[in-house]
Amino acid sequence: MALRVGCAAPPGRALDNKTGAWRVFKPVFDPETCSRCGMCAMVCPEGCVRETEEGTFEPDLDYCKGCGICEDVCPKKSIRMEKEEK
Amino acid sequence: MLEFMEGSHAVAEIVKRCRPQVIAAYPITPQTHIVEDLAQMVANCELDAEYITVESEFSALSACLGASAAGSRVYSATTSQGLALMFEVCFNVAGMRQPIVMTIANRSLGAPLSIWNDQQDSISLRDSGWLQFYAEDNQEAADLHMIAYKVCEDHDILLPAFVCFDGFILSHTYEPVALPTQEEVDGYLPAFTPYQRLDAENPLSFGMYATPEYYMEFRYEIDRALQRARQSFIKAGREFGEQFGRDYSALVEGYRLEDADTALVAMGSICGTAKDAIDEMRDAGRKVGLLKIRTYRPFPAQEIADALKGVSTVAVLDKNISLGNGGAVGTEVKSALYGSGAAVYDYIIALGGRDVRKRDIAAVVDLAEKGKGDMFYGLRTEVL
Amino acid sequence: MAGTEQGCELFSAGHRACGGCGPALAARLLLKATGKNVIIAASTGCMEVFSTPYPETAWGVPWIHSLFENVAAVASGIEASLKRQGRSEKVVCVAGDGATFDIGVLCISGAFERGHDITYICYDNEAYMNTGIQRSGATPYGASTTTSPAGKCSAGNLLPKKDMPGILAAHGAPYVATASIAYPNDFIKKVERAINTPGPCYIQVHTPCCTGWGFESGETLAMAKLAIETGLWVNYEMVDGRVEKAKKVRRKPVEEYLAKQKRFRHLFKPARQDDVIAHIQAVADANAERFGIDIKAKESSE
Repeated sequence: MALRVGCAAPPGRALDNKTGAWRVFKPVFDPETCSRCGMCAMVCPEGCVRETEEGTFEPDLDYCKGCGICEDVCPKKSIRMEKEEK
Repeated sequence: MLEFMEGSHAVAEIVKRCRPQVIAAYPITPQTHIVEDLAQMVANCELDAEYITVESEFSALSACLGASAAGSRVYSATTSQGLALMFEVCFNVAGMRQPIVMTIANRSLGAPLSIWNDQQDSISLRDSGWLQFYAEDNQEAADLHMIAYKVCEDHDILLPAFVCFDGFILSHTYEPVALPTQEEVDGYLPAFTPYQRLDAENPLSFGMYATPEYYMEFRYEIDRALQRARQSFIKAGREFGEQFGRDYSALVEGYRLEDADTALVAMGSICGTAKDAIDEMRDAGRKVGLLKIRTYRPFPAQEIADALKGVSTVAVLDKNISLGNGGAVGTEVKSALYGSGAAVYDYIIALGGRDVRKRDIAAVVDLAEKGKGDMFYGLRTEVL
Repeated sequence: MAGTEQGCELFSAGHRACGGCGPALAARLLLKATGKNVIIAASTGCMEVFSTPYPETAWGVPWIHSLFENVAAVASGIEASLKRQGRSEKVVCVAGDGATFDIGVLCISGAFERGHDITYICYDNEAYMNTGIQRSGATPYGASTTTSPAGKCSAGNLLPKKDMPGILAAHGAPYVATASIAYPNDFIKKVERAINTPGPCYIQVHTPCCTGWGFESGETLAMAKLAIETGLWVNYEMVDGRVEKAKKVRRKPVEEYLAKQKRFRHLFKPARQDDVIAHIQAVADANAERFGIDIKAKESSE
């Protein structure tokens, strides 16, 4: 692909980089205990926690780095970090 | 119609007619009259531009970069210490391919501090990717600004340019200058259409970082744009000649070179003195000519080699020194003439504003013809 | 599927920040405040580097990076150009503490003194993190960094944190605020206020760095909260140079905060350095006094 003048680029290409491969721990979300507060989606540094149709939340494992901030902030403790089986 | 005016004022008047939207400049001798004139024009509503009184030259060029990236034609001016302070930003601007035009009122670099003319400042940025044009007199100084904007803003080029004119010698000297009208300038230089810009409607990330996988190709592209700028300059210079009657369709210009045995090579106002000295030498029967370099970057190596074919002795007048390796222009001319068989000599001359007279030019020609060169000319040995 | 999900995020995933990165969260949050009609000017630093390796940009808004120290000057030029063109985009600088407190002081002072209509957001992780955790003017007293390391004859950085908000308020900035990713909605509100206040506004947002400070990636927000609860970071707003609102807390001793970070470990092991800890406590006490952050216990009548 030809270089863009001035080392510029349009939006979107960061999504090519699937940072989920970095993970050691994986978040497991329990929709049963979820209070639907949305804090997990608000504070994820990747912005990869999305709302489901039921109004609960789930991680996008293509990008989740397994940092554990969502587990830390969830007021209902309904997110648990688990060592990922690879 | 010719008007008698100070060089700085001529530059300011032309820049006004080029309609920059944003001016960010920091005062420094000997460029001050340009930025003061422009400020007065804005204050009198003669020039419709944002005038940012920045806190340093570094900020001046940074602000110009931002404004240019946002889609405005911009202008700045500096010299010497100010240009040195902008060093980092200069490389950044060229790499970001912003068509900024900046006047350099050439002045020597400290230490020791000196406010007087030589060409060390702009020449020291010859690696930066900026186009460099040198004016022989105030008419050329004015004209080259219009041509610079046209070349820089060409979507095939997209590079910044220094328009260089010797500090004090040209900037503070009164000469007759023909100033085009606003309509005439508009006819030559259309409104700025950026190739790409910062725009919420069409978002782009400018100035990303390049890994080893990409960096080299970006630099190659800049170099190619500089090479393309030769033809772009020639075309813009020819169009200028057709419209205004003063032709700039060449990167170099010969003066009485046709049958010359010895040729001087120089840039800037020293060419005027050299031409007068050559006329005297010609009257005395000596076959001497001058090759004036108008565009220093891109360096017109082929054009120099072609123009000096058949000349046996070449004397390069360098108003600069690449400390530890002689004059920059001389080194590059020698490289261009490699294999030609000519004897090429380099003379470091007129540093820090030391005056050059016709007899100094003649003395250089004598030295060259005697095979004495690659030296500082006119050192005051009594103070060494 | 990820593409459409991410469509409403103006700062996309796929960026190369460490897991748990405070500044990455700050980037997402500030764009929620600005929306699309913004031009971001960025300085060299963590946020710039992890979000824009050519051609993978994470930014969905117009964005420009020039050099380390000149973001405020670049923004001045953008603002002037937009004014000339009659355009409405907000101009927002995003820079780290290194670029803001130290090398960029020249440009930020000039921009604020000239009163450009810009918003400058400094994400403060208290050191030059991108180059490997070196000391900046924002590094707090007693912290160990690679250029102010704790050693046999040094207790780390023994210089105070520069009062950047105060400096910019003194330039006549109409709105200056501190914020923290611990309180994301508060940060978003402050950004909204800043971009809608004409003139140069400054927000300094505390963005703990798990890699640089030495704590688990999941604790980033907890650490930010603890900084506020100990009084070492105060969330406040200044309007026309006067402090208007400061977040009140039931203060915890600073030791609780220091003990959780590797950059302060030398204050406890191999031996306690009580004098340094006391000095840090005094900094917190002074903050509490200056901003009135202590929740007063109700007087009980006997």
